[in-house]
Amino acid sequence: MDRGKLDEIIGRYDGDASSLIQVLLEIQREYHWLPKEALERVSQRLDVPLSRIQHIATFYKAFSLVPKGRHEIHVCMGTACHVRGAQRVLESVENLTGIRAGETDADLKFSLETVNCLGCCALGPVVEIDGKTYGAMAPSKTSEVLNQYE
Amino acid sequence: MPRINSPAELEELRKEILSRRDPHRRCISLCSGSACHAARSREVAGAIQEELKKQGLEGDVELRRTGCHGFCERGPIIVIHPEGICYLKVQPEDVPEIISETVKQNKLLERLLYEDPATGQKIVHESDIPFYKNQQRIVLGSNGSIDPKSLEDYLAIGGYSALAKVLFHMSPEQVVEEIKRSNLRGRGGGGFPTGRKWEESRRAAGDTKYVIVNADEGDPGAYMDRSLLEGNPHSVLEGLIIGGYAVGAHQGFVYVRQEYPLAVENVGYAIETAMEKGLLGKNILGSGFDFEVKVHRGAGAFVSGESSALMTALEGKVGEPRPKYIHTAIKGVWDRPSVLNNVETWANVPLIINRGADWFCEFGTDTSKGTKIFSLVGKITNTGLVEVPMGTTLRQIIYNIGGGIPGGKGFKAVQTGGPSGGCLPESLLDMQVGFDELSQAGSMMGSGGMIVMDEDTCMVDVARYFLEFLTDESCGKCVPCREGVRQMLKALTRITRGEGKEEDLQLLEELAEVAKEASLCALGKTAPNPFLSTLQYFREEYEAHVREKRCPALSCKNLISYYIDPEKCKACMNCLRKCPAGAVSGGKKVVHVIDQQKCTKCGTCFDVCPPRFGAVKKISGQPVPVGVQQGAGAEVTG
Repeated sequence: MDRGKLDEIIGRYDGDASSLIQVLLEIQREYHWLPKEALERVSQRLDVPLSRIQHIATFYKAFSLVPKGRHEIHVCMGTACHVRGAQRVLESVENLTGIRAGETDADLKFSLETVNCLGCCALGPVVEIDGKTYGAMAPSKTSEVLNQYE
Repeated sequence: MPRINSPAELEELRKEILSRRDPHRRCISLCSGSACHAARSREVAGAIQEELKKQGLEGDVELRRTGCHGFCERGPIIVIHPEGICYLKVQPEDVPEIISETVKQNKLLERLLYEDPATGQKIVHESDIPFYKNQQRIVLGSNGSIDPKSLEDYLAIGGYSALAKVLFHMSPEQVVEEIKRSNLRGRGGGGFPTGRKWEESRRAAGDTKYVIVNADEGDPGAYMDRSLLEGNPHSVLEGLIIGGYAVGAHQGFVYVRQEYPLAVENVGYAIETAMEKGLLGKNILGSGFDFEVKVHRGAGAFVSGESSALMTALEGKVGEPRPKYIHTAIKGVWDRPSVLNNVETWANVPLIINRGADWFCEFGTDTSKGTKIFSLVGKITNTGLVEVPMGTTLRQIIYNIGGGIPGGKGFKAVQTGGPSGGCLPESLLDMQVGFDELSQAGSMMGSGGMIVMDEDTCMVDVARYFLEFLTDESCGKCVPCREGVRQMLKALTRITRGEGKEEDLQLLEELAEVAKEASLCALGKTAPNPFLSTLQYFREEYEAHVREKRCPALSCKNLISYYIDPEKCKACMNCLRKCPAGAVSGGKKVVHVIDQQKCTKCGTCFDVCPPRFGAVKKISGQPVPVGVQQGAGAEVTG
């Protein structure tokens, strides 16, 4: 864990406790999860009890307390995607990766998350992997898409 | 650009910008909103730049990356000025021809034009396309013509003139009065009169007050706030500064979901440039009024979009709601008077100031004035953002603008208001949309999501879907929501699995009543709406699930089976090869049969069976025809 990097992130917000969520978001972005050492450092520097940080880190969807896989799969479960069959798409992704939504596989290859709306409803059902959008998804197309990722 | 120190300097700068602009200059505007990005608009931009260079037009033709044009179904969209030629679904491969034919020689590329499905006629101009022609785009309209990163573009269309007007020609009380007179109501959900909120805050004791933009747009299927903030951030900021002046606040916040990176970026950039120009910061336009804005990113919690929860989150705490015995307009962020309005509400403010409350009141119904942006999605031909005057009927929106239901399917329901809203049936299609009209029908305006559902959508499953969403998003602070909504979800899940009993419906109604009456915030109070509205309008679907263990929409997995009609199967091997469970047997020239034990009901066979055969069927509430099982091995003839 690079403490210098961490201190730099915290420093951007002048050690202001009301910036706690913003600091955590940046740490999450940097490391793709919130390592315990990082949270302890934040607690110390912002003078916020660790329990409150835990409360926030478990309350919001953006944070993860475990390391993420190399590829992050987001299956959109927004209403528009739902009525176009997103549930079936999710099930096929779960079957192919062997993990359920919210989990990361043992090889740290894929992390699978559902999201409530990616806001590109014209393309639904949508799956996003590492920021790339795959539109008009169907269970019959998922294996072809997932096979592109090593 | 130097700082602008007075309204006169602002007008001078505006004139200077306009004088530099040649209205006949070639300009390609490309939709660069998030939805078009997903459809490769970034690659199209790169291709345009490269091709302009290649064909020697660099410097002669401007590429303007604008915000969302709204017609997301056909994105990426480009409009070639000055003629206003509109091309749809443009891909990087189309670019060389667009430049060599249209930009250089004014030749139209027919294949990229909109074709009217009714007449087969090609349409050249964006404004003539039925999707746009039937709208009234007073708020969203500028999105397609300005680069959100360019303050000059915003100034060129009259930007910040409303701010100059209030700072130099209106007292804060007059501003509040004008907004009150316009009857502007909150576009984020509740529809509370904006002017009254402002007045309450203005009158509240204390020197430190806050104004807040709520861009924590969480309703699934709704993305108009994102498009406004991405596409025209200055219009939202201008509204916010005017609001700050009116209530006496010197600090504003933009609370925006971190899931909207482009909106975060564009609004951040807009704040920076407005600061540099003296449109934000100390002594704005030399008026003596100081105002600053901070961006706060939300970390992904639906409930944090609730006003009191959002304010708690701004303080750096967990964004849970708190009781509102005292309005947040009086005691909000750090217990100071705080006015929170939604993105679209703020974007309406400069328009009302510039053109007057009377102009604004020309649009809409008696109790809902102005226009509303809807995000029209789901089973609809033209997915996109639609801005119409309040009072437009659902039918006009869905059929005249949205182009109806695709695939020859029948309309079943339209869901408005997000997870707090309800589903409206065909019999209500001629209802005018407005805050009160929608509430009376058991739904609500919400932030403007409008999800169209066709005959394949199961209404019980839709209710279950929303309750699942809300169970997941409930913060857990109050019991009626934490436990009640969860129990509702359990009962609905039982019903969709075919395990429901008659008593479940009664239990659901009782739980709904308690959650409605006793929950702490709007999330729990409105959580029963998806259930109550579907029960009201589609009771027969509930009864079919409970009594006959049948899903009339053929959607609930536990209640349906897939089977292959041996009369229609041409043994093409499509489903056999694609079935991930290996449940289809048969072979070349041998009719395919699904092994019901192995079938996971993923529906792949149904999707891949060529429509001209249509051999794969879904059935519900009846056993799989036995003859089909016995038909295995039968030869296909013909």
